[in-house]
Amino acid sequence: MVKAKDLTDQEYLYGHKACPGCGLGTIGRLALKILGERTIVALPASCMSTVTTIYPQMNYSVPSLTMAFAGTAALLTGMSAGLKAQGITDAYVLGMAGDGGTADIGLQALSGAVERGDDFIYICYDNEAYMNTGVQRSSLTPIGAHTTNSPAGTASYGKEKAKKNLFEIMIAHRIPYAATASSAYPYDFMNKMEKTKRIKGPKFIHIMCPCPTGWGFASDLTVEIGKLAVETGLWYLAEYENGKVKMNVVPKNLKPVEEYLKKQRRFRHLTAENIQMVQEHRDSEWRLIREKWLSSLKS
Amino acid sequence: MNNNPKDGNLDFLNGDEAVAYGARLCRPQVIAVYPITPQTIVVEKISEFVANNEMTCEYIHVESEHSAMCAAMGASLVGARAFTATSSQGLAYMHEMLHYVSGSRFPIVMMNANRTLAAPWNIFGDQRDSLSQRDTGWIQAYVENGQEALDMIIQAYAIAEDDRVYTPVMVNLDGFVNTHTFELVHIPAQEEVDAFLPPFKSRNAVDFHHPRSFCMTASTEWNMEFRYQQQEAMDRARGVIAEVDKGFGDRFGRYYGGMVEEIRCEDAEVVLVGMGSVVGTSRIVVDRLREKGFKVGLVKLRFYRPFPREYFKGLSRRVKAMGVIDRDISFGYEGAVASDIKSALAGAGAVPKVINFIAGIAGRDITKENIEGMYDKLFNFARGKDEKEMQFIGLRW
Repeated sequence: MVKAKDLTDQEYLYGHKACPGCGLGTIGRLALKILGERTIVALPASCMSTVTTIYPQMNYSVPSLTMAFAGTAALLTGMSAGLKAQGITDAYVLGMAGDGGTADIGLQALSGAVERGDDFIYICYDNEAYMNTGVQRSSLTPIGAHTTNSPAGTASYGKEKAKKNLFEIMIAHRIPYAATASSAYPYDFMNKMEKTKRIKGPKFIHIMCPCPTGWGFASDLTVEIGKLAVETGLWYLAEYENGKVKMNVVPKNLKPVEEYLKKQRRFRHLTAENIQMVQEHRDSEWRLIREKWLSSLKS
Repeated sequence: MNNNPKDGNLDFLNGDEAVAYGARLCRPQVIAVYPITPQTIVVEKISEFVANNEMTCEYIHVESEHSAMCAAMGASLVGARAFTATSSQGLAYMHEMLHYVSGSRFPIVMMNANRTLAAPWNIFGDQRDSLSQRDTGWIQAYVENGQEALDMIIQAYAIAEDDRVYTPVMVNLDGFVNTHTFELVHIPAQEEVDAFLPPFKSRNAVDFHHPRSFCMTASTEWNMEFRYQQQEAMDRARGVIAEVDKGFGDRFGRYYGGMVEEIRCEDAEVVLVGMGSVVGTSRIVVDRLREKGFKVGLVKLRFYRPFPREYFKGLSRRVKAMGVIDRDISFGYEGAVASDIKSALAGAGAVPKVINFIAGIAGRDITKENIEGMYDKLFNFARGKDEKEMQFIGLRW
């Protein structure tokens, strides 16, 4: 288990320009503290690249590269192959891409790289919309969220489709290691990062990254919002390893989704009926989770 | 040929196979390719080399051409020599990545099997695919036959990885006419190629002790300077191309002329300019017409980027009319090669008449008769007869 006192004092990501309260800087910083200096970071067009790699103010003290939106995983493949070809076995290649760069435009490259079994670590930091371009919906934007291209209006309650389940898409690939995480649960995340160091082949972590700017909450509420997402069951912390899913946190009783929704501007427009719909959607997802992954615990 | 292993050996190969042998001789450490007709044989042949331990490299079965170029870039980033190959739709699909690779100065070499672009859909050859990638910042070479294809893959690495250049190179073969035609090809000995092309020591690779950011965002305050450096590298590449051609010829006995090869242009009144396989056919026509006493010449344009502007300026002072064969067209204007040649002539003083022949689109044959007809028109034009400045050759109507 990772302990704070054991973490290196060395900072590998600092001086970035992320919005106040953004979970992104924490994610990159902690991930690199776990992996160390022999790590190469790849970033597609995204918040992460925009706030960390604007010449000449480079914010990584490890090698990094900014990548075409669709190509993060394929780039990781090439880096991994290039290191292997030169006999370099003690370095990590780490991709950090947003929800759009992973679940939308980057999904083909990710699927290809995971199928090939290439050796890399991929973090999808999920702020649930195209935040860098000004809050447009992605396939990971949750149902009911207002975005600038799925606005709430007289004929719409915001995004009308549910969030795509990336974790299960990775499981369908029989990936060696996949996990979900949250920037509000740093130890859980760091322990998962620690595991990725010991596993050969593709490793995938889907981490929720609450976004004060895009979601509409005060910048000191990032952790609270992240925790509420898990406590209401709208996000879950899980791992897939050796063909099995383990739920890391199972709330005894899920809090009403309203407690999470009402704290954010993007859900402000939802009616009681809309909120009921979100809750029902959550309940149906949790029925599936209990059937698939928690049934052995019950019996 | 004697049995000295230093001399390599002769084999009966098609153009794709020649490319595969050329790539093998360069010892790329990472190959990322996606199959597409008519490049497929390159993919297959390299797969066989790897499966039979005749080639040691990381061979990546990417799921698209976009990913092929991403993976090649990743490999180059960590200091590995990378190779890829594509064609047509595949080249179009990796378009975005061509800019990334050249802008970040990764000296990757790619073979492109020239094939037309849909729609209407067709798998046969023309050069619309690569010419429409003109502004992606890649050096573009066009070869005439299988031997030149093999030799150019080797030269391409020497050019791309030269300190003065650090720019990726695309080696173009006409689809089917080059890629699938069997010829006797000399395969140089590995030791000779090793001596010509030393192992890749990238100056543009990650170093854990001196971490740098690559491909980063460069703001308005800085971006233009990066572009200026790309242009300077391309300008320097002209000289490097000539040097590499000379060095290659000295070692292997085959000289190609660098940027251009002139064929019987000494006292020519009219010349044709072409790229790729059409040059082979045109050579025969030129010889035939010369025998009949016609003062015709032929220019094989070997590199489209960088473009040999000064050469064409000089040539223009020696001839009365020039024909440019374009296996492509920029709709609404004319063929891309013709445009560039005319642009080069603009500052040359007395400019000869130029006819742009659009021919060989989507694999249509450019016959010897077609080429003779082009020379006829050039003579007529030179003598003051009216000719359309741009014409399609071999149309059904």
